[in-house]
Amino acid sequence: MKNKNSFFSGKFIIYLILSLGAIIMVIPFIWMILTSIKTFGETTQMPPIIFPHIPQWKNYSEVLRLFPFGSFYLNTVISTVCKVFGQLVFCSTAAYAFARIEFPAKNIIFLALLSILMVPSQVFLIPQYRIIQQLNLLNTLPALILPGLFSAFGTFLLRQFFMTIPKELEEAALLDGCNHFQIYYKIMLPLIKPGLIALGILTALWSWNDLLWPLIINSSPDKLTLSAGLAFMQGQYTTNYALLMAGSILAIWPMILLFIVLQNYFIEGIALTGTKA
Amino acid sequence: MESLKSNQKNKIKARFRSKRKYNDWMWAYIMIAPLMVGIMYFYFIAFFQNFFFSFTDLNAFGKWSFIGIANYVKILKDPTVWQAFKNTAFFTIVSVPISICLALFVANLLNSKIKGRVIYRTLFFLPVVTMPAAVAMIWRWLFSGDFGIINYFLKMISIEGPSWLNDPKYAIFTVIIVAIWSSVGYNMVLFLAGLQGISPTYYEAATIDGANSFTIFFKITLPLLTPTIFFVLIISLISTFQVFDLILMMITDTSVALEQTQSIVYLFYKNAFVYGDRGYATAISIILFFVILIVTIAQIKYHSKWVTYDV
Repeated sequence: MKNKNSFFSGKFIIYLILSLGAIIMVIPFIWMILTSIKTFGETTQMPPIIFPHIPQWKNYSEVLRLFPFGSFYLNTVISTVCKVFGQLVFCSTAAYAFARIEFPAKNIIFLALLSILMVPSQVFLIPQYRIIQQLNLLNTLPALILPGLFSAFGTFLLRQFFMTIPKELEEAALLDGCNHFQIYYKIMLPLIKPGLIALGILTALWSWNDLLWPLIINSSPDKLTLSAGLAFMQGQYTTNYALLMAGSILAIWPMILLFIVLQNYFIEGIALTGTKA
Repeated sequence: MESLKSNQKNKIKARFRSKRKYNDWMWAYIMIAPLMVGIMYFYFIAFFQNFFFSFTDLNAFGKWSFIGIANYVKILKDPTVWQAFKNTAFFTIVSVPISICLALFVANLLNSKIKGRVIYRTLFFLPVVTMPAAVAMIWRWLFSGDFGIINYFLKMISIEGPSWLNDPKYAIFTVIIVAIWSSVGYNMVLFLAGLQGISPTYYEAATIDGANSFTIFFKITLPLLTPTIFFVLIISLISTFQVFDLILMMITDTSVALEQTQSIVYLFYKNAFVYGDRGYATAISIILFFVILIVTIAQIKYHSKWVTYDV
């Protein structure tokens, strides 16, 4: 768009509106940080004070002492890494077969897989809970991971990427005596790297922030993830906002840091789901 | 003689082909097997089990007996479920269009030639990467009736702010504001991608014809963006209809506004994992499934009326 013809006359107004929006996005975070270093008394002061008299960094050590944040971190990181890795492996192998090989009942199987996308996840929840219960895995780390290893969405997404690769490439490899696994692993996988990165980031984001599954499947504090840990924390300290804000910051900083470092991958990953699906 | 030779050749070719065919099949099944076993176990069988349990009185200890359609009859007569559906529908109908319009607006502003695009984009996207449990806590604090900073600002312009999350009149709007705040960035990124897919030649032609920016937006940008809007609408409707985290974390058990705010997934969670009435919860989930299915099919059916595909 040419400047003089842009939707709003004058760039000044654009900057003004965008800055106003950005402030609305950021102020809650700033208020959260400021609250996290106040005393309980300072948080209930009216009119509110912006900066604490003395920064109470000990709120953080207090939260770490009262709640097993070490376990929260460990459970969240391990389950996120496992789900990302599992989905990348299982979805990409299956997606390759669906995109590049003809085999009996392929369309029916793929259609059945797609139909899962139409079903809200709560519909699977109680039977999944029972499976975990029957496997005697309630209140364990594997319980957090298991159903999240498999994804119909991931398979669909990666299939779209495999479909775009020209046929000649694998024909040549097949004549050279490569089998399908070798073609998948050596030729195709490097070619769909953007798809793998997109799926990896989306899975990590979803796994890190997911609340319902970890909340129902594990109950002992040292088996919770960060998000379920926050829910647990809020149940114990309903109105001590200094501590709650410190806990929230401890829970969200790794994902925010990852986003800032890998920004373009996040944005491209989300955008790809829009253009590929 | 010639034909015999070519016949022979064809046979060899065919044998080679069929050998390769079986080889292909074998690899295909090996490669889909790990995924399909997991999907079968945790999703396909789970789906039918869930459907089956909706006709039982499954309890928290796994005991069940067949009770026919009693759960569904109970849903019909349960004002809490009706209210929860009303709450969820209201929540979706208000928050999704506003979020989409705001995202469309911001994406258009960001798509013009301005400095600091990346910084703005980052800041708008920040809420998307923040876990909803923490988002809910932050906003519960901002909207706190007695010590919240929002009521303090309102007081400065002499408005007596309500106890937002404990007031049945305001609670659902409070959660809607938070839902919009956390989803605008996600939709904005999808729209930005859509905008970048529009060929600049359209704009050049329109500018030569002397079209103003208003006309350009409504006659060119908007129609060409309808496929993206359609996609965003579908995924927003589906995900918003399943709102849970924000309700659980923002509205306390004891809040008098709970009845007017609880969503259908929240009610599902309560019945299944707090009251231990799992059979009833599965029936609620089945109803939810059908509602989402009908809404999605309706969307797909009527989308040709307003979605333009690039020519």
